[in-house]
Amino acid sequence: MADQGMLEQHVLENDEPLLIAESLSKSYGRIAACRDVSFALYPGEVLAIVGESGSGKSTLLQLLSGQLAASGGHVSYRMRDGVTRDLATLGEAERRFLFRTDWGFVHQDPAHGLRMAVSAGANVGERLMAVGWNHYGRIRDTASDWLTRVEIDFARIDDAPRTYSGGMRQRLQIARNLVTEPRLVFMDEPTGGLDVSVQARLLDLLRSLVAELHLAVIIVTHDLAVARLLSHRVMVMKGGRVIETGLTDQVLDDPREPYTQLLVSSILPP
Amino acid sequence: MNAPAYNFAYLDEQTKRMIRRAILKAIAIPGYQVPFASREMPMPYGWGTGGVQVTAAILGPDDVLKVIDQGSDDTTNAISIRKFFAKTAGVATTTATEDATVIQTRHRIPETALSENQVLVYQVPIPEPLRFLEPRETETRRMHALAEYGLMHVKLYEDIARFGHIATAYAYPVKVNARYVMDPSPTPKFDNPKMDNCPALQLFGAGREKRIYAIPPYTKVVSLDFEDHPFEPYRFNAPCALCGAENSYLDEIVTDDKGGRMFVCSDTDYCEGRQAAGHHGSLSAAPYKEKAQGGSNG
Repeated sequence: MADQGMLEQHVLENDEPLLIAESLSKSYGRIAACRDVSFALYPGEVLAIVGESGSGKSTLLQLLSGQLAASGGHVSYRMRDGVTRDLATLGEAERRFLFRTDWGFVHQDPAHGLRMAVSAGANVGERLMAVGWNHYGRIRDTASDWLTRVEIDFARIDDAPRTYSGGMRQRLQIARNLVTEPRLVFMDEPTGGLDVSVQARLLDLLRSLVAELHLAVIIVTHDLAVARLLSHRVMVMKGGRVIETGLTDQVLDDPREPYTQLLVSSILPP
Repeated sequence: MNAPAYNFAYLDEQTKRMIRRAILKAIAIPGYQVPFASREMPMPYGWGTGGVQVTAAILGPDDVLKVIDQGSDDTTNAISIRKFFAKTAGVATTTATEDATVIQTRHRIPETALSENQVLVYQVPIPEPLRFLEPRETETRRMHALAEYGLMHVKLYEDIARFGHIATAYAYPVKVNARYVMDPSPTPKFDNPKMDNCPALQLFGAGREKRIYAIPPYTKVVSLDFEDHPFEPYRFNAPCALCGAENSYLDEIVTDDKGGRMFVCSDTDYCEGRQAAGHHGSLSAAPYKEKAQGGSNG
């Protein structure tokens, strides 16, 4: 077991939120895509945002990750130096640096998150090279390490992802994001478009990586099974508002809002 | 009808001023690609329209112009451009590197060391070093602005992963003045070290892409590499067959259809100068020996 001092430090760090959203809203003209969303995310916590298409999930994810400017409200993030800063006050260089070091973003379509024409090794190594790694051997070793961790055969390291299957591409995208040891990963429907057995394997992998690396994750999904398997907490969205939030088991087993009840009851029993 | 009267060096004065402003800006920010309003020139894109515009903008009546194409003074492109300026500007032209004040080049830097009173003008087809990795211009500009050059190493990584060494042999990316990553135009990487700390001003013109960039005299130019795969200039391992030079960049010339080949200096002026000074190579005196020599090389 870890000694007492380290444990205390750990507890202290986990005590403060990593990301705070305060009454976030975004409107496109008269259409409000996202209204008054507030929450705090703690280190190591997995938060699922569920809801049907058009409920504002993806907009919210883009607001949280600083890719979209909010019409109202703030997002603050506790940087690696321990200082919590409003994302809107970060310069573009800082934001992009944050995005490729302390954050990850897993797209639904791996083609958006990967460079399809360059090898898997270079895909994983790109972030390292972007933060100044300048030793081919070390970059390659780290890349092969990560490929092994996401269960991709080392023999495929020099193949371009366009020769990969859908499930492998998604795992490669995850490796590419995790190589800089981010503390927060955004995921937008990471299992969308994969068949059920591949989904199960991917979820399994994600779950073990999240636990192992003590990752905080914000995952957007319309698949309640994914939310149940991965997340600690669930936020249910409808019409741009958060209508229900709570521990995953609590929300999914005992939904209070009629819409959540509908959502939960629409899943076929296993 | 009267023959059309051209302004000195073909371009009108306002256009030259516009190009000179771009050049000044490029010199002020070494390696930065300055957009300019590239003009239609009386030659097709890809034949040096960018270089010609830069040359036209900096040329004065007292300048002596040299034009080289792949190191050679006597290929079509070089002769055409030299004649173009002889006709439209009436400037003196030369093939001797040391006599020239302005040297327009396509794909080579002369072997003879350049001096402070010379300007080297490069013809550039694609100025953006990140282009083949990142197709979006908006994104590459942002990457330059924020000095995000990890992607450039991705290209070198790919080379090593595929070929075991950095196989990029020309247009080898450089970092200028410890800030901007720049494409040195498709010069062989053999020429990269010559750009570093060069006494001559180096100007780059891309006509189709409408960009001008520059390396001021005595500027630090570093070829990108990995610690465990350092930059190495490449040269065929042979002396020049005509002048015996051991340290010049060589062209490979196929001499028959049985695998015969000879290696000669790509810089014709340098090679001729050495031959005039009495140097000779294996094939210079007796061309009939070519076959035997070719066989042993092949």
